[in-house]
Parts: sequence; structure tokens; C-alpha cells
Amino acid sequence: MRNTPEVSYRPRGRTARAMAIGLTAVLTGGLLAACSSSDDGGDGDQITLTVGVFGQFGYEEAGLYDEYMDLNPHIKIQQDSITENKDYIAQLLTRLSQGSGLADIQAIEVANIADMAGDLNARWVDFNEYEDVDTSHFAPWKLVQSTSADGRLIGLGTDIGPTAICYRKDHFEAAGLPTDREEVGALWAGDWSAYIETGEQFQENAPDGVSWVDSPGGVYNGVVSSYEERYYDAQGELIYEDSEAVQAAWELGVRTEESGLSTRQKQFTDEWDRAMANGDFATISCPAWMLGYIQEKAGDGSAGLWDAAPAPVPSNWGGAFVGVPEAGKNREEAVKLAAWLTAPEQQAKLFSERGSFPSSLEAQQESVVQEATHPYFEGMPMGEIFSSAAAEIPPTIIGPRDQLIQEAFADGLLQIAQQGESPEAAWNNTLSRIQNALDE
Amino acid sequence: MTTDHVPAAPPVSTGGAAPPGDDAKEQRRAARRSRRYQRDTKWSPYGFIAPFFVFFAAFGLFPLLYTGWSALHRVSLHNPNELEWVGFQNFTRLWQDEFFWNALGNTFTIGVISTVPQLLMALGIAHLLNYKLRGSMMFRVAMLTPYATSIAAATLVFAMLYGRDYGLINWALGLVGIDPVSWEAGSWSSQFAVSTIVIWRWTGYNALIYLAAMQAVPHDLYESASLDGASRWQQFIHVTIPSLRPTIIFTVVVSTIGATQLFGEPLLFAGSPAGGSQSQYQTLGLYMYQMGWFNFHLGRAAAIAWTMFLLLIIIGLVYWAIMRWVNRDTAGKEA
Repeated sequence: MRNTPEVSYRPRGRTARAMAIGLTAVLTGGLLAACSSSDDGGDGDQITLTVGVFGQFGYEEAGLYDEYMDLNPHIKIQQDSITENKDYIAQLLTRLSQGSGLADIQAIEVANIADMAGDLNARWVDFNEYEDVDTSHFAPWKLVQSTSADGRLIGLGTDIGPTAICYRKDHFEAAGLPTDREEVGALWAGDWSAYIETGEQFQENAPDGVSWVDSPGGVYNGVVSSYEERYYDAQGELIYEDSEAVQAAWELGVRTEESGLSTRQKQFTDEWDRAMANGDFATISCPAWMLGYIQEKAGDGSAGLWDAAPAPVPSNWGGAFVGVPEAGKNREEAVKLAAWLTAPEQQAKLFSERGSFPSSLEAQQESVVQEATHPYFEGMPMGEIFSSAAAEIPPTIIGPRDQLIQEAFADGLLQIAQQGESPEAAWNNTLSRIQNALDE
Repeated sequence: MTTDHVPAAPPVSTGGAAPPGDDAKEQRRAARRSRRYQRDTKWSPYGFIAPFFVFFAAFGLFPLLYTGWSALHRVSLHNPNELEWVGFQNFTRLWQDEFFWNALGNTFTIGVISTVPQLLMALGIAHLLNYKLRGSMMFRVAMLTPYATSIAAATLVFAMLYGRDYGLINWALGLVGIDPVSWEAGSWSSQFAVSTIVIWRWTGYNALIYLAAMQAVPHDLYESASLDGASRWQQFIHVTIPSLRPTIIFTVVVSTIGATQLFGEPLLFAGSPAGGSQSQYQTLGLYMYQMGWFNFHLGRAAAIAWTMFLLLIIIGLVYWAIMRWVNRDTAGKEA
């Protein structure tokens, strides 16, 4: 009998009941607290506009919504943010095709703009139809990117991505490299391979555990963005297999790994964030919008350690648009808000506050932009650096599947970095992956 | 099937004193009442369960059939209502699709290394919990907490634990002198990592199901076994396990279905539907998602979904055959 398993049916005692009551109280309290933060105090004729964005878009952070709500007391603005654009875009496409669940204003990343202005342009409001929307201040190529074949303007440009190289002064000093941004820029001026060569030199004397660059994908993105034609030619034909841009960027990415220059991370992952916070790499391709990202992720611990120098060749990585879906309820008000958010004054403010470089030529000329410095980067003259880069960036040709192709190449380089694939095998894997993904 | 032919209930016995005219009327009324009553008992149950079937038809059957229909077409996420007939091409192309076979293989290996240890551990834990012990209720609740945790939260925490440079696990390995493992990058290590999330989440749930079944095992069986001198281990093998057989089959089937549809854990492990830069832990569910929502080919995604469904049916048939075989075996023994 001693071996028989016994089942205990002990009645729950006083402690158990007290615990249950305590738990209930905590859970209820939590629920109430969660509810109370989302009070929807809508007055009769108040209009709530929703804005759907991805990543650190900066509108909310720069206080633009608050400013607009002060100017227009009948408007209330709510923002929905999704961290990564690839998740954001999947949701946006699903909702666009169903015509429901959309925000009044939706951000569109530049890699997706061709898709939106192409097959999907009918689902967006045409800004040309609204007379009070002034589009004359935008860079002409930015307008071309968001205009459909039949001339509908479906997106207003927010920022563009003129690129610099951000670097850690302390690591440069430790490795015996200059730290002054002009001298640093001179190390690689005019040639991306000089940037990698400097890295090889750096790595010989680098502090323990510090790599030259964050990731092979970062090198790839920086290089490929300095070309006009990348994955599609001007006729819209796919040319990624033998385009000069891809070849050059891939080769430099491979060389980065063969010389062991990167932390072998995938960009925009948690581990990559932590590598940034811990100062595991000395340089990173740094489009204007990356400044805010570095400030956020590297945090106060690294304040004053970062600086930025011009990239070897001016390149344009990223940037975005805002559009108003046809299915939205408050299209009139949404168009007004979209035009206001992308007006020169607001673009200039967004740059000085958040580092998103304006796509508006007018805003680019303003002194707030030209003379802007970045406090986190210890007064780095970002206005000057990014303005001169912006003046020379190529008008990129964008195709419908740019994002997918770009990510596949960055992943391909990661195969070399993380799984030890040979460059040839990784290249072939990448091509078959892209073919499989593009094939209908 | 028609109700008209339902034979009437035997007529109510009437008192002899009642006048004949009244009697016939009463009889007719009784017959009508009894017919109505019979119709009620016959059809009401269908009425009661109808809501389920209506909802199932709307949210289960229709999507299933529509997905099958889409699988025979070229459909883009941009215009899901424009279908272009391609026949079975979306299915036949899977034969040559290396990424599909890779995902199928990953689903299988992750399924095995997550389900087998999970069920064995659940069985052991249930056995331990079945003994009289202090605070057994607390242990049982604790067992169920992982199940109550959201997949997203759990996976994000595990992803941090398995980080290459700053993960807790590599740090602990470093203390005993083992080089850091690049968990996410390797194919076995990443599949192992994903499996541990599944194991962590579902072991307690299965343990509780086993525990419930164990408590239903009659005590006399254990009593007579121990009188015969069986040790605890022998009791477990010869009394507990055979008594639990239907429950074990149930958990195996449910876990298999769960493993085939595994999605959230590998998706959130590195936040990408590619399942690693070489798709080293991309499951079928992830491949379907990637095909539909990142490559925009809904027709191809639908074909993958239906292939998964057919696979589950095949697995179900295999289990059913094994069950029959096992039962025939024991029936022969008893005879």
C-alpha cells in the first residue's frame, strides 16, 4: 500500500483563499490601469485622424502632432507604429487590398513606393486633385518616384537618405586612426574600397572585441545605394543578376567578411542593437535617419563618442513618403495633415530634431537645416555633411520588389558571415532565393 | 427522413365513461400533441448544435474551400479578387521547390525534437505530481503558467537568452569554458532553440492532461500490483502507461498537429519569416506566410497551406492504422 500513489483532495485553506483574492485584486487592478490609459474622449464634431508609421518615424517624437492639434483644435491625432517596415508593409498591403482597417495617413518606405505607385495606385488618393497641396518644393526625382504612369501623385515625400559614415572616435583613437571628421573623411574619399582598406588597417590595431563595421549588410546597403540603377533598369526590367551596383556592393560585402571586419550581425535585430549599445563596432553606414536610431539604441552611455564623416561616395539609402488611402474616412482632413507634415517648415524641424533629412528642396535651403548640428554627436554639423551629400546623390531607380531583393542580398552575405558559406555558394543561394520569391 | 411517417404514440387509454364523440376528438388531439412532441425531440438537438455548424461553415469550411480554390490560381496579395486559373501548377511546382522541402524537413525535425521530449517529460512530471505532496495545487498551477504566457513574450525572452554575444546561455557556457554558440545561425542549434520554447510552453499543459487521466486510474489496480510485489517503476510501466493509452494517443495527435503548424516561435525567434539567413529553421507555416505576405503570391501560399492540410490527414490515417494495429495486438493477447 505504501507504493500506491495518493491523491490529495485537501480543501483549500485560508492562505489559498487569501492568495486567490490577492491575485484577483492584482489582475483587476492591472486591467483597470490598462483601460484607463485609453480613454476616448471624443467631442461631438472632433475628428480623430490616425497615422500609421514604421520604425522611428519621428513625427510624434518631434512634437509635430501636438503642434498640429494646437493649430487645429478639432483634430485629434493618433499614431500606430510597427517597428519593422517588412511587417508594416505586409499589414498595409493586406489592408489596402481589403480596403479596411487602414489609418487615415499611411507611411510608405521608399523600397515599396514603386509597388504603390504602380499596381496599387488606384487605392491611394491623388494629391494633384487637391489644389491647396503645394508640391513645388519637393525634389523633382522624389515626386517622380511617387507618381503613377498615368500621372497620379500618391505620396508626398518625407525624408531622403543621404548617407555618411558614423564612427566611434574612441575606437579610432585606440587603433591609431585620426579622429577629426575631415581627416577621417579623407581616409576613404571617393572610393568604397578605400573604406574597407582602412578597416583592414584598423582591425590590426583594434581594441579587443571591436569590429570595423556593424554588418556585411550595412556595407552592402551603403554601397548599392550610391548607384542609380540597382535591381531594375529605367525600363523596369530586372537586372539584379549582373548590375554593376550589385556586383560592387556584393564584392565589398564579401571582402568585409573575408577580412573579418564585421560583427557578423543582421541589421535591425535585438543583438545588433545591443552590439551598438556596447560599442562593438567602430563604423556604420549612416543615412540621416540612422542618427536618431543610434542615439536611441547606443544611449546615454555612448554620448559624445560618436561622430560622422562623409561617405566615400554620396549615396541615398532609404527615405519615405506619406499617402492617404482612398478607403479612409476623413480624406479631406488627412490630405491637409499630410501636406502640413511634409511642408518645408515641418521637414526642417524634423531634421533638426530627429535627423530625418528633408526631401523638400526648400527645406534643404533653410538655415535651420544648413546649420543644424546634432547634440548627441557633440555638435557634428549634420546639416553641412548631409546637404553636400544630398546635392550629389543619384536619382535612384526603384522597382516594385526592391525591398525583397535588397534583403535577400543582405541575407546572402550573412550566410558567409554566420554559416561559413563560400561566396560563390552564397551568391547562388541568393539568386535562387530571389528567383523563387519573384516567380509567380 | 420526413416527419409525416412518424408513427403516432400509442393512443392514450381513455376512460370508458367518456362519450364517444369527445373520445375521438381527444384522441386526435393527443395524436397531434404526441407528433409535435416527437418532432421536437427529434429535431431540437439539431437546432441546438446548429450555431456551431453555421459558424464552422462560415469561418472554417468556407475559408478551407476558398483556400483550395485560390491554390488553383495565380493570385497576388495586391489584388486578391483577381484569380487567374493555373490548374495544379502551384502544387506540382512544390516537387522541385527546394525551399519547400527544406521547410518540410525543418518542420519534421523541430517537431520530433520538441514533441518527443515534451511528452516524455510531461508523463514523468504528471507521475510525480500524482504522489501526495505538499502544495500540490501550487505545483499544478505553476505547471500551467508557461501555457498561459503569450508566445510572443516567451519567444522574445528566449531569443534574448539564446543571443550570440549577449545571451545568458552563452554567458553560462562561458563560465564552464565552452565557446559561445551562434544559436540562431546554426541549423541544429537554432532548431534546438526553437524546440526548447515549444517544450517549455507545452510540457505543463500535457502534464496536467496526463495527471487528470492518472487520477482516474482505479486504485485497486495499484493495490493488487503492489500486493504482487511490483515496484513503483513496474507499476508505472504496467499499470499507469496502459491505462493512459487513449490519453497518450490524444496528446500525440494534438502535439503532431501543433508541430506541423508551428509558426509563432520560429517567426519571432529572429523576427523574420525567412527563418534564418539560410532558412535553417523555417517551418512550413513560416514558408507559407513568407510566400503569401512577403513575396505576395497568395495562390502559391494557398497551395502550401493545402499541402499541410493533406499532410495532416495522411499523418492522421497513419496514427489510426497504428492504433488499430496496437488494439488488435492487445485484443489477441487478452483472448
